[in-house]
Amino acid sequence: MNIVVLLKMVPDTVEELNVGADGRSLDAEFLRYKLGDPDEHAIEQALLLKEKHGGTVTLVALDAPEVDDVLFTALAKGADRAIKLTGAESPPGTPVLAQAVAACVRGVWNPLPADTLILCGSYAIDDLEGELAPWLATAFEIPLAMVVAGVQIEDGGRKAVVTREFFGGLRGEFELDLPAILGIQSAEKPPRYVPIAKVRAAMKSARIDSQAAELPEPPAGLELGRMAKPEAAGHAQMLEGDPDKVADQIIEVLAQQSLI
Amino acid sequence: MIATQETIDATAAIFDDLRCQKNTSLDNLLETPDGRRILSCIQCGTCAGTCPYGEHMDYPPRRIINMLQRGLIDEVFRSDSMLRCVSCYACMAKCPRNIRLSDVLLPLVKEQTLIHLTEMPAELQKSLQNTLRYGNPMGESSRKRAAWTATAGVPVPTIGEKGGVADILWFVECYTSYYARGQDNSRATARLFHALGLDFAILGNEEKCAGDCGQLTWESGLFETLTDYNMVVFGKYKFKRLVTGDPHAFNAFRIRYPLFGFDYPVDHTTPLLHGHLDRLKPMLKKKLDCTVTYHDSCCLGRRAGCYEPPRELLRAIPGVKLVEMTHNRVNAICCGGGGGGMWLDTFFKAKGMERLSERRIREAIRTGADVLAVSCPYEISRFEDALKTVGHDKPIVVRDVVELLADSLGD
Repeated sequence: MNIVVLLKMVPDTVEELNVGADGRSLDAEFLRYKLGDPDEHAIEQALLLKEKHGGTVTLVALDAPEVDDVLFTALAKGADRAIKLTGAESPPGTPVLAQAVAACVRGVWNPLPADTLILCGSYAIDDLEGELAPWLATAFEIPLAMVVAGVQIEDGGRKAVVTREFFGGLRGEFELDLPAILGIQSAEKPPRYVPIAKVRAAMKSARIDSQAAELPEPPAGLELGRMAKPEAAGHAQMLEGDPDKVADQIIEVLAQQSLI
Repeated sequence: MIATQETIDATAAIFDDLRCQKNTSLDNLLETPDGRRILSCIQCGTCAGTCPYGEHMDYPPRRIINMLQRGLIDEVFRSDSMLRCVSCYACMAKCPRNIRLSDVLLPLVKEQTLIHLTEMPAELQKSLQNTLRYGNPMGESSRKRAAWTATAGVPVPTIGEKGGVADILWFVECYTSYYARGQDNSRATARLFHALGLDFAILGNEEKCAGDCGQLTWESGLFETLTDYNMVVFGKYKFKRLVTGDPHAFNAFRIRYPLFGFDYPVDHTTPLLHGHLDRLKPMLKKKLDCTVTYHDSCCLGRRAGCYEPPRELLRAIPGVKLVEMTHNRVNAICCGGGGGGMWLDTFFKAKGMERLSERRIREAIRTGADVLAVSCPYEISRFEDALKTVGHDKPIVVRDVVELLADSLGD
């Protein structure tokens, strides 16, 4: 199989996020980037498919701080090739990212081999709607399934049967002809651990291919006007004192709110 | 076997004479001095018998040695048996042949176990990944590491603020930097250092986890990443000795860091304060009026032979009555936090294993003490958690020795 995984670095929310001076972007001073959880699962799903059906796993990522660590870690886990797209001064919006990735993939495979499966995270914290996969499916004009939590390959690599998750615990099975693109919600197993010694070895022996990204003008559409931190609408009230008094106060509060 | 202080000192001296070798692997182990000692094993089974989780292991230490001698060690690390090792040093401390099980053989087997695990326990995986990325297992921002100093009550300078020079470099470590109850230990230590007029400084946000000797030498790549980083940071400053309140960091600096060029004298806060006891004692004016039982941490107790200094510090506090648990000193029962055990409680529970912290807290409760005194930051959280699940009629609290000392300061 020809498995391609698209990786996207997102701001690490362990660090405090602040709005930058332009009022429209994050303050870069203390910003750190990491791979989003769904992307970690996309890597795992790709490796599981490779182990089951053979083939190669190619990673494609836009350059960002700490992206090399992410790519070497995935190579140490078993991915075969890593391509880094350079030249973007700041993180482009999802439509531009999709075009850049599509141009890169077309540069390597044109047309896409029949057994190609393109995986990406089904959402990212800065793309909660999960627009990346649909933009890519449009660019390639291939079938798309989102919020995927399981992948079976059938018909000798011509068809994928995927499990999708819906609200209320509902699951559905869908068939797609390959090549196809999947937005991965979760892999069939939790993302594996790779000993750091293997990552360090990969940093010495493996290679990341750098390519200049083809970055088109962003399409007309929604424009980001202003970014602001959420404003606290209220605060929790702490009740203090001995337990009996606190219990009386709780009853009073609940009565005031007409809850009892 | 109840060891005497003399045998403990002798044992500690034997182990300290032997340096760990950096490039030892399971393939070449038997050709090293440590390996030749392993070949002298008489299969007495003391190690397996003293191991707190020995009955849950497919391969307790005695069998591991036997498998190694027979060339069958692969079978050991293809099982997850070694994950049950909490690096408590009980097997090594009791071995009549002085085989360095916990220092050398068990970490090598554990490293291979980790490589061959098909599924890593999730909490352990997260803690290792967090330690790599943020320099602490809890996944807190590295830029908030020194935030606790704002609540210390006394100035806690970074070595950078002191012009890069200090007598004591205080390596604070993770739980004592981030965990709320761990910070109590740091605040107490800062007050004691001030009271004694010690010239000290911390690294501040530059500090990253030392790489616990038990947990991380079996994640050798992670350990080396942290060591490389910390050694560069140490190289930027001038200090005479390194002091830490975490026995795991103390262990790492004593046993492993010398392999990476570390050659500073290193001390744990408990023995350091004990060295100043003559000056400290007159300052301990506040009567605490409580019965205290002391839990020997594995790395400070069994591994370093430091049994009496914490007890002498506790006895120096007015109103403290010291009582002993059934298992004390070399026979102390591990809290279960070493060797990655901090992040394996769910795994242990799934395997039907009792939490060692609960086994230990029952002994503490049986002494009738008001306070369980500890000297390791892991133990505060482990024993406080155990107290939530183990029934007890009389209240008992968990406090670090330094917290009790600071409480008694008459300032």
